[in-house]
Amino acid sequence: MVTTITVGLGSCGIAAGAHKTYEKIRALKESDNLDFILKKTSCVGMCYREPLVEITDDTGTYLYGEMDADRAVEVIEKHVSQHAPIREYIVYTDLFDAPENDFIGSQVKIVLRNCGYMDPESIDEYEARDGYKAIAKIASEKTGREAVIDLILKSGLRGRGGGGFPTGMKWKFAAAGKSASKYVICNADEGDPGAFMDRSVLEGDPHSVLEGMIIAAYTIGATGGVIYCRAEYPLAIKRLNIAIRQAHEKGYLGKNIFGIEGFNFDIYIKEGAGAFVCGEETALIASIEGQRGMPRKRPPFPASSGLWKKPTNINNVETYANIPWIVLNGAEAYANFGTEKSRGTKVFALAGKVRHSGLVEVPMGMTIREVIFKLGGGIKEDKKFKAVQLGGPSGGCIPEYLSDTIVDYDSVNATGAIMGSGGMVVMDETTCMVDVAKFFLDFTCKESCGKCTFCRMGTKRMLEILDRITNGHGREGDIEKLEELAYQIKDNSLCGLGQTAPNPVLTTIRYFRDEYEAHIGHKKCPAKVCRPLLTYTVDPAICTGCMVCLKNCPANAITGERKQVHHINQELCTKCGVCFSKCKFESILLS
Amino acid sequence: MRIARIPFDKQADADDSLDLSLLDPLIERHKGARGNLIPLLQGAQELYGFISKAAFEKLSRETGIPLSDMYGVATFYAQFRLKPVGKHIIKVCHGTACHVQHAVEITESLEEALKVKDGETTEDRLFTLESVACLGCCSLAPVMMIGEQTYGKLTGNEAVKIVKNIRLAEKN
Repeated sequence: MVTTITVGLGSCGIAAGAHKTYEKIRALKESDNLDFILKKTSCVGMCYREPLVEITDDTGTYLYGEMDADRAVEVIEKHVSQHAPIREYIVYTDLFDAPENDFIGSQVKIVLRNCGYMDPESIDEYEARDGYKAIAKIASEKTGREAVIDLILKSGLRGRGGGGFPTGMKWKFAAAGKSASKYVICNADEGDPGAFMDRSVLEGDPHSVLEGMIIAAYTIGATGGVIYCRAEYPLAIKRLNIAIRQAHEKGYLGKNIFGIEGFNFDIYIKEGAGAFVCGEETALIASIEGQRGMPRKRPPFPASSGLWKKPTNINNVETYANIPWIVLNGAEAYANFGTEKSRGTKVFALAGKVRHSGLVEVPMGMTIREVIFKLGGGIKEDKKFKAVQLGGPSGGCIPEYLSDTIVDYDSVNATGAIMGSGGMVVMDETTCMVDVAKFFLDFTCKESCGKCTFCRMGTKRMLEILDRITNGHGREGDIEKLEELAYQIKDNSLCGLGQTAPNPVLTTIRYFRDEYEAHIGHKKCPAKVCRPLLTYTVDPAICTGCMVCLKNCPANAITGERKQVHHINQELCTKCGVCFSKCKFESILLS
Repeated sequence: MRIARIPFDKQADADDSLDLSLLDPLIERHKGARGNLIPLLQGAQELYGFISKAAFEKLSRETGIPLSDMYGVATFYAQFRLKPVGKHIIKVCHGTACHVQHAVEITESLEEALKVKDGETTEDRLFTLESVACLGCCSLAPVMMIGEQTYGKLTGNEAVKIVKNIRLAEKN
């Protein structure tokens, strides 16, 4: 067997330098005339170990982590030329106990079944992994539309974009619409800051999304398909374009697809122009039509009047990627995973203060603690786990003591957070929860489309209150005022953005009220984040008198002679934090 | 997604050195097609790096789309720039993961070093400093992106050093 070397070239891998690694290996192969096949793949989810290189030879498969160009040279020489794998660099293998075996072993990969295991730019490799077999099966068995809807309903698949609406129901409504032209839209406008599931799927396995859309089109009777993708994902767009071209060449898109008489379907990509609200389906449709992306009142729902007023089905990337697997493996196989009301698996983007940042796919019903500690490897620098943020700007913070909550739609909703699209940002004791609430509200305030007064003005007023609290001017009654505004905004906004915008504030008040009170009552920030509430002093034991802080202080609040301990005049100090970031010896203390 | 939307720049409008005939093939391609407004604006921005007042007027004149509709759409979406930008756009990520790992410090350090505010361009037109909502490399947080290159696990000082090196390379 010829040795195969595969380099992970997803966005995160490339950011970590995977292109250099790939080029180095390619150059080595040419210059030393080495005998191996060099391949590209996408993200396998282990972002914290990027760049990743997989070597498969006669003895088995080995995944090497943190493979910069130098390490690549070493590994090629030892492993490939001398057949001596370097054990300490191997992060995953099924041959022995490697550090990340748990990370891979605890996952159930349905959506990510191909990500990191094939070249995303090759339709042949996709087909070799059962690609386009699902739609082929439907065509050859002459499965009726009703039967496909039934299958999806039975699988229990719910919308993975965050709403959690049963996908089969959505398809049923769109199928019932009477019109000669109908549309299928894939929502790939992943706007939640801190979430990158959809990007990884599009970069790693674009064909499975296309196949999911083709099956949806067959089922509802659609003629046109649109993928609405963020312009910030250039690699995803590039690979989607390649995939669409390849599908055309094979006749998987176009006329009479898979020999189904009269089944004509085509897909094009629409680049989003950057507006968080366009994740809402009616806003997304307005944006495809070339207008400002402002949501409109429902009903009529897109299933009866959507794009160009035709019946339209909108699902998110992850939802579509599930479809081919369900068709091939059956509804029961899918429903075997998960909990009673949330079947299947869910992809999470783990990030923040967690050791293993990356992408994980777990069966619904796993506890949040398991996700963070078993897969995530626990908290960075062994700090104390404080909370986890689920659902981005529409979600909320779940505190440590509720981390035995299981991940399914209803359990997460019960905490006040939402499942959302799957962003999971972990926070430790050095994260200020008031600051986090302010961060999200600042985001939704800027992204509010301005249509509903409560969302447009209400978020602004809430932000002003949070601003003054974190600046040390919080007043008695501010918490109550925030709550009142929050419920007004939730009740009086048209779309999901406004209805959920106050969630980060409400959940932090609910679980971390003491932090708000410390900011307001005692003018203290327990996590030492909100600068105006801190006192900066010099640690005389560490200060070397280098004068760097003194020279950089914009307020001239620091005094001291060279090689003498410096002093900060608290009356002049503006708490800008410059001394803290400039000091090379960490002698500036915060309290 | 850029966080701040940027208004018109009066000085840039006076700059009539832009070759508007470059727009012709773009107009040809999209004229009359439904839903063409955003692709037209995206295409114009790709040509010039920003959309000038003159470009707006020409697009409107030749496609019949009212200027008010164009301006409405261009100011709604974060992607569109109505001001010229620097040669290098520094995108500092302010996604959640970067935020909890002190992305603010990076923006502040760069603001100080480049003597511009968030969203502005340096006087020598070399750098534009921007805050973006998420670059999706959360495992490398805090992150910034200059051109195609991503820089991860940054501190304020490191970010400044990277930018200074680019400026040095440009001068030589």
